[in-house]
Amino acid sequence: MKLMNLMGAGRVSGRVSGLLASALLLGAALPALAQNTVLRVVPHSNLAVLDPIWTTAYMSRNHGYMIYDTLFGTDENAKIKPQMVESWTVSQDNRLWTFKLRKGLEFHDGKPVTSEDVVASLQRWGKRDAMGSALFTFVQRMDTPAPDTFRIFLGEACGFVLEALGKPSSNVPFIMPKRIAETDAFKQIEEHIGSGPYIFKRDEFKPGDKAVYLKNTKYVPRSEPPSGTTGGKNVYVDRVEWNLALRDAQGQVNALKKGEVDIVEALGFDFYLAAKTDPDMQLPRYANLGLQYMARFNHLHKPFDNAKVRQAAIAAFSQEPFLRAQVGVKELYKTCPSMFICGTPYGSTAGSDLQSKSSMKKAQELLKASGYDGTPIVILKPTDLASIQKLPDVAAQLLRQAGFKVDLQAMDWQTLVGRRAKRDAPDKGGWHMFLTAWNVFDVWSPIANPTMDTRGEKSGWFGWASDDKMVQIRNEFMRATDEPTKKKLADQLHARAFEVGTHAPLGEYNQPMAARKNISGFFITNGNLYWNLKKN
Amino acid sequence: MLKFLLRRLLSTVPVLLIVSVLVFLMLRLTPGDPAAVLAGDAASTEQIARIRTNLGLDESIPEQFFIWFGHVLTGDLGQSYYYKTEVTTLIGQRLEPTASLAFITITLAVLVAVPLGVLAAWRFGGWLDRGLMAFSVLGFSVPIFVLAYLLIWLVSLKLGWLPVQGYKRLADGFGPWLYHLTLPAITLSVIYIALIARVTRATVLDTLGEDYIRTARAKGLPETTVLLRHALANAAVPIITVIGIGIALLIGGVVVTESVYAIPGLGRLTVDAVLARDFPTIQGVILLFSFVYVLINLLVDLSYVFFDPRIRY
Repeated sequence: MKLMNLMGAGRVSGRVSGLLASALLLGAALPALAQNTVLRVVPHSNLAVLDPIWTTAYMSRNHGYMIYDTLFGTDENAKIKPQMVESWTVSQDNRLWTFKLRKGLEFHDGKPVTSEDVVASLQRWGKRDAMGSALFTFVQRMDTPAPDTFRIFLGEACGFVLEALGKPSSNVPFIMPKRIAETDAFKQIEEHIGSGPYIFKRDEFKPGDKAVYLKNTKYVPRSEPPSGTTGGKNVYVDRVEWNLALRDAQGQVNALKKGEVDIVEALGFDFYLAAKTDPDMQLPRYANLGLQYMARFNHLHKPFDNAKVRQAAIAAFSQEPFLRAQVGVKELYKTCPSMFICGTPYGSTAGSDLQSKSSMKKAQELLKASGYDGTPIVILKPTDLASIQKLPDVAAQLLRQAGFKVDLQAMDWQTLVGRRAKRDAPDKGGWHMFLTAWNVFDVWSPIANPTMDTRGEKSGWFGWASDDKMVQIRNEFMRATDEPTKKKLADQLHARAFEVGTHAPLGEYNQPMAARKNISGFFITNGNLYWNLKKN
Repeated sequence: MLKFLLRRLLSTVPVLLIVSVLVFLMLRLTPGDPAAVLAGDAASTEQIARIRTNLGLDESIPEQFFIWFGHVLTGDLGQSYYYKTEVTTLIGQRLEPTASLAFITITLAVLVAVPLGVLAAWRFGGWLDRGLMAFSVLGFSVPIFVLAYLLIWLVSLKLGWLPVQGYKRLADGFGPWLYHLTLPAITLSVIYIALIARVTRATVLDTLGEDYIRTARAKGLPETTVLLRHALANAAVPIITVIGIGIALLIGGVVVTESVYAIPGLGRLTVDAVLARDFPTIQGVILLFSFVYVLINLLVDLSYVFFDPRIRY
């Protein structure tokens, strides 16, 4: 009875419970109302910077593909094809390039895309992108004889004009309105207006929470089927929402299974086999060219200032152990000794015997002959980046087996990216080696591949490799205008890179993507592109 | 009372000042470079250096501090390096999810824990008491993320009652708001239920042995009145203190829950800011947390007056 008295106050809470239950049911019903044509995507990372020219971050690049269009694109076989460009001509001496834009191109603010917008966009891109900067060393001037025509005058002929304009990965030469493209290349743009297949909903963008894109109903797609970043960008959904808050790998799989999201861009390898047999999920094939793991040496400091020591390390780095430890699923990886990715136009294997036909015994002999003085190799190990965090452990073990002393230093990825930019000696806060992964389109070309820039401390990328012969071959490659010559030079460059020991390729893998079964229209993108998809 | 209030409010100034200096220094001495994070993986060392200059990170640490602190004095917490958005705007966007989660969690915890604690004390040594003790041990021992995954598996995936993740703003409707917060709040409340129930049980148990309880019962007062008006009211101060600490801890301690349930709150913002070395955001959020801690402690102290008339300031 006393207990009953105590519970007496529960009549009010009973009503509250009823209210709560109704509210929960209402809440459960509401999300279902607006789901039909909303594609809900969990991207591989957070979107922070909205200017894809200002940063090389892949998320900013992917945001760029949603809202901007490009002059050219790269198809699934790494071939350059026109996108905004309708036609183009090249003078006999390969120094004058004339491009005509296709009809119907319009920015999201309703203004037509003109050649002046194109020129301003290219100029800004050329100040930030490595390949763009290389192209602009050849560019004498650009002009706009008509609103739909622009010309590029080269001081000297070069063979990568289309390759640069159709560059599919960071920084992509996206076309923006002139007034936006005139923003200082080292300041971020404030307006986000493109002429691409989606319109960015700036008012709904909440950093770290969600980004929203609406179908651009005025977009005129090309008629060709989609392939890579080329072909028709047909949009069959009204709205795409990027869920930027859902970054827990298990949470992503749970949300996909329950139908709260439609696509998980980067499914953890641990979930691959379970997802494969899940009746609610599919693992669409969207890539035919792999991503590449690599170990990068710091060429400035002992002992990796000695090519023979670097060669010993490369010889020790059999690719299979790295791939098995990091990826684990046999069908998702393959060994490939090409620094330019197997299956691409320049996917050479010249000179790679050092790694592909090597053994631990050979590595030990090379190290002995190198005069290695026992300096501990400082390897930077990111503890918070699941996609590469096992690689340094394998590298450390293989180096030890070869006879190296190793100092494996654990840190978070952001500490690592700060530290690898330092040129100090490894015992004074610098480093000897870090390991990373690249998208195919960042490394497939001798010009785009940052490790092929061997201008020592002047070279753009960390590690600061120095080799005059490679610089010379790369310069010749830039000037070569016919494919057989380019292929030959790419082979030479590749072979020389192994002699120099710029870095060690550690094999290729495919990053699985998972989607609900009701999503169709996936095609080979070798990236994360959201057109042509249907939600049934 | 007014003098006490003023004194306590003034005492927050040196606290916030010390926190500001410490946080600022710690961040600058921690390895990591916000410019390298922003520039992306393929950026050159020169591009990173230029971004660093643009962010003002080439200035000396004292210079950077005084510039930042000067702005803070005018209410400007600066602009996020990472998101290129005002820190106050970011905090404004993230405050609602965290405050909502904290509110529902603490409400749920109090509604469940206080009656449970009182009943356990009332039936000391009985099955309810022993059950509560066992639940408390479990509540303290099971990590929040384990509990979260278990609840998601059972409630969301197997039963399909509640969503796996996400947050809906109150402006989108009370129903969706509550629907999305129920499971995270249940997850998070378990440890607080265990804590508050144990403290309630212990303090009520103490007061039940007091002479005035015996007197109340001798006067023939109903047991409900004895328990609620005499025992619980006199045991309120330690319980309120624990609840207050719980609220303060919740505001800054919901990181794991926000991560597992993809709630874009202050905890998630702090983690992102730390990972990206987004100094202005970290500084702003920690200043806010410090202020909230101080404020809640002050409110708890003030509430003593209402629960225990013997306390005077």
